[in-house]
Amino acid sequence: MSDATLSTGSTGSTGPSVENPAPLIEPPRARTGKTPKSTRTNFEMYGWLFMRLSGILLVVLVLGHLLIQLVLDGGVTKISFAFVAGRWASPFWQAWDLIMLWLAMLHGANGLRTIINDYAERDNTRFWLKMLLYTATVFTILLGTLVIFTFDPNI
Amino acid sequence: MPAGTLYRGREGMWSWVAHRVTGVLIFFFLLVHVLDTALVRVSPEAYDETIAVYKTPLVGLMEYGLVAAVLFHALNGLRVVAVDFWSKGAKYQKQMLYTVMGIWIVLMAGAFWPVLSHAFYEVFGS
Repeated sequence: MSDATLSTGSTGSTGPSVENPAPLIEPPRARTGKTPKSTRTNFEMYGWLFMRLSGILLVVLVLGHLLIQLVLDGGVTKISFAFVAGRWASPFWQAWDLIMLWLAMLHGANGLRTIINDYAERDNTRFWLKMLLYTATVFTILLGTLVIFTFDPNI
Repeated sequence: MPAGTLYRGREGMWSWVAHRVTGVLIFFFLLVHVLDTALVRVSPEAYDETIAVYKTPLVGLMEYGLVAAVLFHALNGLRVVAVDFWSKGAKYQKQMLYTVMGIWIVLMAGAFWPVLSHAFYEVFGS
C-alpha cells in the first residue's frame, strides 16, 4: 500500500478528513435535553393495541347490532320505544349496548385524534380540535351510559 | 395537483384512505345516534317521532350507506389486524383486500332487500 493511496481521502474535497470533519448528526428519535419528559411512556403503543383489540370486539358487537336493528324482523320499521323497552329489560342487551358504546366511542375518538394530529398543522388548531373532540366524546359516553342505566319503561 | 397529496397509490394507500373516510363517517353518525337514543329518557312520543325520520326512504338509503361504511371498516380492520399480527400479513395484504371486497359485495347484496324494502314499498307502492 503506497502513501499516495492513503492520502487521497485526506487531501481531496470529496470526503471528510481531520481538517474537514463530517457534521455530527443526532440519531433519529434520540432523547435530548429538549425532549419533554411526558413523552417517555408507551401511550401510543397502547393506543395502537387498543384499536386492534377493540376493533375485533366491535366487529361482533356492531355487526350483531346492525343485524338485529336493520335486517331481522322488519328491519328499521319495527323500532319504537316499546322495542327498546323490550330489549333493555334484559341485562344481556344492556351490557351489550354499554360495552359497544364505550368501545365504539373510544375507538372512534382515538381514530379522530390520529387524523387531527395528521392534518392540523398549527399547534393551536390541533390543540383546540382535540379539546372539542374530547369534550364531545366525554359528553356522549356519559349521556349514553346514563340513558342505559336510568332507562324507565314506564316513563 | 399540489405536491405531496398522493402517496404511493394502489391497494395499500386507497384502502387506508377508505378506512379513514368510513371511520370518520361512522364516528359522526355515532354521536347523532347516541343523542337520538337518549330521547327515550324524554318521552316515548319524542323517541318515536324522531325514529320515524329513520324510516323515511331518503334516510333508509343513508342507512344502506352506513351499512356499507361499517362493513368495509369492519372487514378492512380485520385485514389491518392480520397485516400487523400475522407473519405473512404484509405479503398477502393485496389478496386480503380483494377478499375483503368480495365479502363486502356479498354482504351488501344480502343487506339490500332487508334494509331497503320498506323504502322501496314507500316510493313505488306495495
